[in-house]
Amino acid sequence: MLMVRYVASKFFYMLVSLFILISATFFLMKAIPGNPFMSEKAVPPQIRERLMEQYGLNKPVIEQYGQYLKNIAQGNFGISMKMQNKEVTELITDTFGASLKLGLIAIVVSVIVGVLLGLVAALYHRKLIDNIAMVLAVLGIAVPSFVIAAMLQFVFAQKAGWFHVSGFSGPLDYVLPVVALSAQPIAFIARLTRSSMLEVLHADYIKTARAKGLNWFTILFRHVVRNGILPVVTYLGPMTANIITGSVVIEQIFGIGGLGKVFVTSISNRDYTLIMGVTIFYGIILMLARFLTDIAYVFVDPRIKLNNGKEG
Amino acid sequence: MALHNELIPQADAAQLSPEDFRKIGANEKQSEVIQRESLSAWRDSWERLLQNKLAVTAMIVMLIIIIMSIIGPMISNFDYQTNDLMNTNKAPNSVHWFGTDDLGRDMFVRTWMGARISLTVGLAAALIDLMIGVIYGGIMGYFGGRVDEIMNKFAEILYSVPYLLVTILLLVVFEPSMGTIILALTITGWINMSWIVRGEIIQLKNREYVLASRSMGAGSGRLLFRHLLPNAMGPIIVTLTLSVPNAIFSEAFLSYLGLGVQEPIASLGSMINASMSAWNLYPWRMLFPAILISLTMLAFNIFGDGLRDALDPKLKK
Amino acid sequence: MEPILEVKDLHVSFSVRGGEVKAVRGVNFTVGRGETIAIVGESGSGKSVTAQTIMRLIPSPPSMIKQGEIIFNGQNLLAKSNKDMEAVRGKDIGMIFQDPMTSLNPTIKVGKQITEGLIKHQNLSAADAKKRGVEMLKLVGIKNAEARFNQYPHEFSGGMRQRVMIAIALSCQPALLIADEPTTALDVTIQAQIISVMKDMQQRFGTSIIMITHDLGVVAGMADRVMVMYAGEVVETGTSMEIFKNPQHPYTRGLLRSLPRIDQRKDEPLVPIIGTPPDLIKPPIGCPFAARCDHAMSVCEKIDPAATHLSDTHMSRCWLLHPMAQEVTTS
Repeated sequence: MLMVRYVASKFFYMLVSLFILISATFFLMKAIPGNPFMSEKAVPPQIRERLMEQYGLNKPVIEQYGQYLKNIAQGNFGISMKMQNKEVTELITDTFGASLKLGLIAIVVSVIVGVLLGLVAALYHRKLIDNIAMVLAVLGIAVPSFVIAAMLQFVFAQKAGWFHVSGFSGPLDYVLPVVALSAQPIAFIARLTRSSMLEVLHADYIKTARAKGLNWFTILFRHVVRNGILPVVTYLGPMTANIITGSVVIEQIFGIGGLGKVFVTSISNRDYTLIMGVTIFYGIILMLARFLTDIAYVFVDPRIKLNNGKEG
Repeated sequence: MALHNELIPQADAAQLSPEDFRKIGANEKQSEVIQRESLSAWRDSWERLLQNKLAVTAMIVMLIIIIMSIIGPMISNFDYQTNDLMNTNKAPNSVHWFGTDDLGRDMFVRTWMGARISLTVGLAAALIDLMIGVIYGGIMGYFGGRVDEIMNKFAEILYSVPYLLVTILLLVVFEPSMGTIILALTITGWINMSWIVRGEIIQLKNREYVLASRSMGAGSGRLLFRHLLPNAMGPIIVTLTLSVPNAIFSEAFLSYLGLGVQEPIASLGSMINASMSAWNLYPWRMLFPAILISLTMLAFNIFGDGLRDALDPKLKK
Repeated sequence: MEPILEVKDLHVSFSVRGGEVKAVRGVNFTVGRGETIAIVGESGSGKSVTAQTIMRLIPSPPSMIKQGEIIFNGQNLLAKSNKDMEAVRGKDIGMIFQDPMTSLNPTIKVGKQITEGLIKHQNLSAADAKKRGVEMLKLVGIKNAEARFNQYPHEFSGGMRQRVMIAIALSCQPALLIADEPTTALDVTIQAQIISVMKDMQQRFGTSIIMITHDLGVVAGMADRVMVMYAGEVVETGTSMEIFKNPQHPYTRGLLRSLPRIDQRKDEPLVPIIGTPPDLIKPPIGCPFAARCDHAMSVCEKIDPAATHLSDTHMSRCWLLHPMAQEVTTS
């Protein structure tokens, strides 16, 4: 019962945030001086009017807003302004698959490598292996992903010739983009895991477990790791955001025809309906990721109080 | 009572004289010596920071980058925006220390100008976050109750709107410039700071010395600014230090989307972006800005971590 | 009484940045079957280190066992491998700790934390272990044991958690229980309950108990014998009666004087022991308590006093017990 209320309240807040994002998107676009077709001088007045009508731009703003909300609820983001006769929804669904695949692989790789790195660093605290792991982690945080991507591309694709420079055909083509995309999340997770594992390793209940005569591996997996990865769960939401923003750039560099590339193109084309559509779509994904993170956390940490819908 | 001493190896009883059993009493001077010099909390933290070689190195690197971003453009004969189409894409040489870009502009000057822009964006965004965060978080933490609840809910909802998307939207609508970029970055950036401040204030406001001051009739303003905020300073400074590289990073990302500062001005991010298309031919065009941005991020992050360790009394040995 | 544990000349040090802290310096004692011995002393006196060394729980490095033997049931625990020690911990020696709020794993159900040891040491099936676990919870006085078995630690109060800790420590019916300040973090009323649970369990299982505490009230209510530690050394041992009625070492007397008594007159002040313990990186060559001792003599600063046996059970290390000291003071 408590669980249901907790989930419901989290879901409600997600909807509120989403509503704010959609509204902000809509009114910001309306705040652009003139209208999107002003800049295109080549368009004759009649056609411009037809376009205005087609996009509903000649109605009062409030009416447009209502229409927009209704359309979005039906999954209709309108028609791209710059790519003739292309529906925004269609553009998104066509390209999102590639981005999703890349993103999911990056998430899985980030969590596995990050946790392992952090765990090993904590177990060998202040030893060489810890120092190496932490230097790698700091570098991963400090070097922007597009720099990493460019360097990987230069060294391993261009010079060594092990991978295609760009394009996305075989499984090998995932390697470089995934590495570039996961570098920063791996670094974050490794640092998070390390400090949390160190805390757990010194916790009193580990001493209790040792006093029971359990062997070290049992203690490590049943008591240390279980508690040590809790903070990582909270990072899953922000990490998704990180990987999505990262993919926008990475897809461009490696010539992957994903949603990120569509987004970059839409921005440089000032394709407003497309920008709005992709923004809201990204927003939905990110908020969903946060929502799932919140729910997941309740399952892994029994201490969370469910009664007030807030983490205790 | 049967008294029997065990054998004393070092000195058997014969060597002891009645003089040895003269009463001297507790040596209070010796037992009351304070073993460690007492330092004020700030000096103590500062000394601990100075012991952390990595953090000191990061601090020096930070200072060098800041100083160079101020004087770097001045020590060269070139300026950042004059094109020289006779000398495009020149590799680093004795005239152009970092080479030239596709319009023949001097990369040394442009790199340091870029660092100046990136740092300004980072520092300005961080400072604005600080101001809003301290006020908002201070009010939440200090007044608590209903005020806190409502303000906190608002912050939570705002926070869950993905900030980069909002930033992108703002910059699509309002033409990118230093001002709009900083504004766009701070629109949700202050929330984290306000939570840090709130948490600290809530912890501090029930401490005895605050209660004592309150019982002596100190007003809210005095309590907040004289007692609460100064003691919450540690985590605030750490958060501030770590939010600078975040803002720099976001600006670089925006530049990549073409939403950064506009030509001929360049930030480190936009220079990297501009060099991307031909970077295998003219690697220096990317290398110098890339190294500098990485170094800046590295220095701020390491220094921030060092600061946190130095200010955290839990780690005191 | 047949001794179950014999600690012989134990020396334990910690390496720290400034050198080597000699935390335990030549400790000897025995624990008989079914006996309760209390180790008393202020923080840093080496009492906890001694206890954790018996369990081999102190991490090494930074700790080093410099010399000595710990004979438990005829075997030297210090000579055992880590693997062999695992079979002793929890099975033959159980331990409970100071802070029940942090001693239980917050993400594992209480029941599972009790049965863990049972399954490991007694090869019980999960169902049998659960039966034993519930039984243990009932024995330590937890109501609704079946329901409580499936709850998480945060659903228990501090006192209840300490009961759970006792249940965990005694689940395999060990011969020896080490309780490291088990009541320090608890409210006074709860302290009494925990003590009575421990006594009750001791009678039921015949467990020997080493009780580490700085609270002499706890000692009086529980211990057969008392061992007073100061600066890593045992300065006085004796039966509870001997220590409370006839304390010989000035430090023991100081401890007792700083404790309020019910029959104390209002104008009779509590006397604190002034000063702080010595730095154990460079322990004093003489008696470690000399600098704080009102009765200190010049010999006290030069030579560490040896043990003086006042009875078969009562020992004190103080120069005041030397025949010459009595001559000087009486003359």
